[in-house]
Amino acid sequence: MATTNSRSLAKLMLFPSVVLLLIWMIVPLCMTLYFSFLDYNLLIPGDNPFIGFLNYEFFITDPAFIESFFNTLLLVGGVLLITLGGGIGLAILLDQAIWGQNYVRIMVLAPFFVMPTVSALVWKNMLMNPVNGLFAHFASWIGVTPVDFFAQIPLLSIIFIVSWQWLPFATLILLTSIQSLDREQLEAADLDGAGPFSKFFYMVLPHLSRAITAVILIETIFLLSIFAEILVTTSGGPGYASTNITYLIYTQSLLQFDVGGGSAGGIVAVIIANIVAIFLMRLIGKNLEG
Amino acid sequence: MAVNSSNKSKIIYTFLAWTIGGLIFFPILWTLLTSFKTEAEAISASPSLFMFDWTLENYKEVLSRSPYFTHFWNSIVISIGSSLVGLLIAIPAAWSMAFVPTKRTKNLLMWMLSTKMLPPVGVLIPIYLLFRDFDLLDTKTGLVIVMTLINLPIMVWMLYTYFKEIPNEVLEASRMDGATIGDEIFYVLLPIALPGIASTLLLNVILSWNEAFWTLILSAANAAPLTAFIASYSSPEGLFYAKLSAASAMAVVPILILGWFSQKQLVRGLSFGAVK
Repeated sequence: MATTNSRSLAKLMLFPSVVLLLIWMIVPLCMTLYFSFLDYNLLIPGDNPFIGFLNYEFFITDPAFIESFFNTLLLVGGVLLITLGGGIGLAILLDQAIWGQNYVRIMVLAPFFVMPTVSALVWKNMLMNPVNGLFAHFASWIGVTPVDFFAQIPLLSIIFIVSWQWLPFATLILLTSIQSLDREQLEAADLDGAGPFSKFFYMVLPHLSRAITAVILIETIFLLSIFAEILVTTSGGPGYASTNITYLIYTQSLLQFDVGGGSAGGIVAVIIANIVAIFLMRLIGKNLEG
Repeated sequence: MAVNSSNKSKIIYTFLAWTIGGLIFFPILWTLLTSFKTEAEAISASPSLFMFDWTLENYKEVLSRSPYFTHFWNSIVISIGSSLVGLLIAIPAAWSMAFVPTKRTKNLLMWMLSTKMLPPVGVLIPIYLLFRDFDLLDTKTGLVIVMTLINLPIMVWMLYTYFKEIPNEVLEASRMDGATIGDEIFYVLLPIALPGIASTLLLNVILSWNEAFWTLILSAANAAPLTAFIASYSSPEGLFYAKLSAASAMAVVPILILGWFSQKQLVRGLSFGAVK
């Protein structure tokens, strides 16, 4: 009796979360899908006729899409490369016996808690500004021409800023994982005369593989949707040089009021994110069983 | 001899770690220092790290010239409000999945996680239009709703992993003693799970405080939290480095302090239990 009672109660308690998430996910997504087949611009009143896949055709064949697709790949790939490489190195370093480890940890972690608009503006104005920025001052002290970061290498500059924001996350996850490595095994390897490289490649790296996969997948989910950093630094420019898919859809939807085209873009972005999500879900699903 | 060489490597590692840590932290330190400089000193070609005339003028200027407190208050209402509402919805769900699991519990958890992976641009237009039609654009209510929904999956997951660690026998014992489900949750589960609930709250306040997609798109002058307020400095106004720094410092420091307390929860919450 008590169990049937608690079972129905359990269902009741699940209800709000499930219903809210269902509405949040299904309703707008169906609306996006619907809009994506319409000729619908907020600036042009009147009918919104059904035009089939025309919006998709326009969106995908638009040179801006091709460029921002590759920019998105470069942004995600570049940041992953930097944060994983740096994160593994830092995690190993912070795992050593050092003085003031907690303080170093706090300093390394700090950028993660800085809001995206602040970090982007601080880097853009105070560090990377070609006239008054610290890097420009530094360049002139050593007698080099200062780089105009956001005009000459806009995408690379954004990759750099975003890497600074995400390096702490990668480091923290990898450090947590490295600290669960069996110390006795490492000592045994030492006694057997294993060098630092063979220890790294045969013991540390395999142990980290799961954490590395987690970092790759989680960062990818967030990095696909980078927006604020682009908005406040380059606004996607010059041209489309630093526009990613998220930013492209934003300009189409809310700056050009092209609801149909923006929706088609939104659906394309959902499909791309889904491909990543499938792998992430498998990884976490496996963990749930263990 | 052995002690000596390990001491030597400790010195090298310490030096290396502090140098790299210092470099990573430098932009934040530089912002904090610049916020106490005059504008002239802030753009000086030979800037000084500590030896300058410390001034509070920038903070006074930012506070008096812009509705800073309005935006600060908006950030507080949106981040804490959405986290509290989220807890109210997520605690029953997490209790249900952790203590009365069914065959479908695992799939349900995975499905909740999958909603988190929906890219915001996929629902940008409908949400914008719905907000416009329901008069929710540029309101705190609207942003609380969105923040609650985007963080709900993380909350349910975190609470679920904390509740899972509580042995079922404790709850069964209270049931034997005749406790109702309400008693069970309020007097048995909540006190035991309080640290976990507090960390969930903390992490969600941080995530909502820093969220910078929906807050930038759905808010204007009235409901803009600090993320959107600071974004307005991307205009030439941002070239007043000292004031930009003061505004940034006030937006970042509170959450930085909270963040340092939540290191461990961050790993658990953001990896959805994949790394413990």
